Amino acid sequence: MSGSATVQAQNASDNYLFNTKGFLSWALTLDHKRIGMMYLVGVMGAFLLGGILALILRAELADPENWFLTNKQYNQVFTLHGAVMVFLFIIPSVPAALGNFLVPVMLGAKDVAFPRLNLGSFYLWVIGAIFFLVALLSTGLDTGWTFYTPYSTQTSGPVVAATLGVFILGFSSIFTGLNFIVTINTMRPPGMTWFRMPLFLWATYSTSIIQVLATPVLGITVLLLAAERVIGIGIFDPKFNGDPVTFQHFFWFYSHPAVYIMILPGMGIISELMSVHSHKGIFGYRFIAYSSVAIALFGFLVWGHHMFTSGMANVTVIVFSALTFSVSIPSAIKVFNWLATMYKGTVQLNTPMCYALNFIFLFTIGGLTGLWLGTLSTDRPLHDTYFVVAHFHYVMMGGTMVAFLGGVFHWWPKMTGKMFNDFWGNISCLVVFIGFNMTFLPQFVMGSRGMPRRYATYDPQFTVFHEWSTYGAFTLGLGLFIALGVLIHSLLRGKQAPDNPWGGATLEWQCSSPPPYYNFHTAPEVNDPYNYKPLTYRGEKGWEYVRPKPSTVPQQPDQVQV
Amino acid sequence: MSHDHAADHGHDHPSFLAHHFDDPEQQFDAGKLGIWIFLVTEVLFFSGMFCAYALYRSRNPEVFTFASTFLNTKLGAFNTGVLLFSSLTMAWGVRCAQLRQRGGLVLCLALTLICASIFLGVKAVEYTHKWDMGLLPAHFYLSQYAQTIEHHDWAPFKELVGQAHMTWLTKLCILPGLITIGFAAWLFSTLKSKERRKIEVAGSMLLTALAFFGGIGIGRVFQAAEEAAAAHSTDHGDKHAATDADHKHDAASADHATAASADKTMLVSTDSQTKIGAPSIEQIDQKGGAGLFFSIYYCMTGVHAVHILGGMVVLTWLLVRASKDVFHEQYFGPVDYVGLYWHLVDLIWIYLFPLLYLIR
Ligand SMILES: [Cu+2]
Repeated sequence: MSGSATVQAQNASDNYLFNTKGFLSWALTLDHKRIGMMYLVGVMGAFLLGGILALILRAELADPENWFLTNKQYNQVFTLHGAVMVFLFIIPSVPAALGNFLVPVMLGAKDVAFPRLNLGSFYLWVIGAIFFLVALLSTGLDTGWTFYTPYSTQTSGPVVAATLGVFILGFSSIFTGLNFIVTINTMRPPGMTWFRMPLFLWATYSTSIIQVLATPVLGITVLLLAAERVIGIGIFDPKFNGDPVTFQHFFWFYSHPAVYIMILPGMGIISELMSVHSHKGIFGYRFIAYSSVAIALFGFLVWGHHMFTSGMANVTVIVFSALTFSVSIPSAIKVFNWLATMYKGTVQLNTPMCYALNFIFLFTIGGLTGLWLGTLSTDRPLHDTYFVVAHFHYVMMGGTMVAFLGGVFHWWPKMTGKMFNDFWGNISCLVVFIGFNMTFLPQFVMGSRGMPRRYATYDPQFTVFHEWSTYGAFTLGLGLFIALGVLIHSLLRGKQAPDNPWGGATLEWQCSSPPPYYNFHTAPEVNDPYNYKPLTYRGEKGWEYVRPKPSTVPQQPDQVQV
Repeated sequence: MSHDHAADHGHDHPSFLAHHFDDPEQQFDAGKLGIWIFLVTEVLFFSGMFCAYALYRSRNPEVFTFASTFLNTKLGAFNTGVLLFSSLTMAWGVRCAQLRQRGGLVLCLALTLICASIFLGVKAVEYTHKWDMGLLPAHFYLSQYAQTIEHHDWAPFKELVGQAHMTWLTKLCILPGLITIGFAAWLFSTLKSKERRKIEVAGSMLLTALAFFGGIGIGRVFQAAEEAAAAHSTDHGDKHAATDADHKHDAASADHATAASADKTMLVSTDSQTKIGAPSIEQIDQKGGAGLFFSIYYCMTGVHAVHILGGMVVLTWLLVRASKDVFHEQYFGPVDYVGLYWHLVDLIWIYLFPLLYLIR
């Protein structure tokens, strides 16, 4: 859009952040961008809380004995660390915070299909978070974030409050997913065909399918657990001929697909970042798009790999193992396509791209070590050791959290209208990279040497690994604080961001930074989201769209160019 | 929200069309897809309990055969009919909305609400009768045939919900009673104001509240008939049932008698199957046996009843809006969506009824 600078000047007052003022204009807003920003603040708060709990755990583990936490306190802290990180941070991080901001803008729509429901989801998230804080501040939950029976039916901890919190958060997640599916299906503007959608939208769509199909099962599972505690239904209690393993099946039927709720949107972010910051069209668009859907569907068939040692028929175990391997195929397709996208591209190592490269390294380690755990013979000794802890931290934290940060940096100029300090952003990424590997690589080693997870004390032979892991955790914390500092500094001192600072071709870069209330003043022009040829760099003004000469414009707007 | 931007957008935006939609068709399609996806989540929500049912039934078939004899099939069948009829009135209501028949829509919604209320009344009779007998979830279940256990000594459950000075049914009637009085007072005040639309709504709500007590009445009639039949069979029946009945309050005798016949068949089959180790009646009539059946029974029907209650709340909202004549050919989406939800709740009951009451 050649006249975007003047459009921006005209509407300087009309941006979604300042078009209305006052607390209620935010608390009761139906604007998806404001709701996304409120989520962003909320999930970052949850991340801070979960991170502090993690540092407490790591500090305790620096010494083989209980030096400032009792065993019971240690159990409570790791339970809350896990529950807060999973339910309050990772699951809503990308879809609810970034997704809410981006989905309608990338799609070229004015809002999500159900803005009231969207606000309702946010408040459900807040209420669920309050339930968790109650559990934290009362006697303390000590079941682990998985609430395994029969322990969870017997412990004195606030299981009912926590399960109701999970139930409410689950519905928050379901309604977000429902909103996105309907938005993407029914609110696409003319010209926005399925295969012109940015890959972030494909990833969000796949995620939403999982949210809608898997989360209700978690809802009924935790509801039955609460009923077990309140009216003694006994179906998970061996005392009444109930079956605790049934709980595990129900729980993992949700919680394995939930892993893809966490990682798929992160992969969507990486697809955008790789292409934009390499200034090269994405390699294998359709493969990446379809692999998102494939991961979502395969993800429903592999929950048993969490229960290889819980007692299942041998045939079942083998089938679950084989299916688990099949999920690695679409994941690997994505990684190879990202690498191929960079090949012969003009790679710019700015902060979002550094985080994206960080993601690829860490996620690949996380994914490959998953194969050890999916293999039956190696899973037996590795089950419930630090190897598992390291594996899922590489996927969840090295994957999702790093992708989330990359996404936050990438869209920060769009969301806030401010540029950040790229040098310090890169430093934060480097410190995170070093700290992360220092924390979790030693855990692979001690896990394979038999260090079991969830213990406050350990055999002195593991001390050196735990010490390094603790140093690493504090380094990682430092890196994240630098990142936070960069973002806060940009809010206070940042330069005004141009409409298109990176040279992206997706629709969100066509509207002003920050976008106006209705996202687009004029209907956006839908083109190939990864065609960078018409974009020209104009220094301070960022990248500008130069209309190709009429002869090169495709005559049929619906023609797919991939 | 949209007034300050009205200049840029939608000069021809009618009031029923939300600002972010282009036309009524898009709005309707979005809502329709949304409600279908919501129904999918509802099905999956119930699927957890259907799975639990299938699992425990396949493991302990004789427990389910034994315990389901305590359920009153006639009450279940009556309720099935009530819900089916309410689905008809709901579907009719959708048609009325499409044709802009305000009166017809209000009538259909009111009838649907009344049916829902009757359903809950009958359910209240069923539930309270079982609570009186100690047919409770596993932890509180009282063995029905163990001679050593006092039949009404179920202290833990009493501790949980307070000492029972009144019958369970009376207690359950307190809140609906208060609601009825409230609606009656509201109707009275609207009669004074003579606003026809308010009178319609208040009247419908009062009838709905009264229908709960109607349902209780019908339930009691069915229950009494069952008891009479049971007493009859006890007179002619076998010795075991007669001696058993001596211990029992008359309110409890009906289900005991039905179960007594089951007991007999059970004992017969036990005799014939001792070689292959079929469980005895004592093993079945336990917290971990029949108690587990009632756990599943209460979970499934309880969650279903909560869905009926939720449906009543949205139906009431529709009734208020329908009385204001907001629905027409271009805008009937909400009626349609609530209708779909209502049919699903109905459909779930269509599965629950045979699974819990009929398969023996
Ligand atoms: Cu898994």
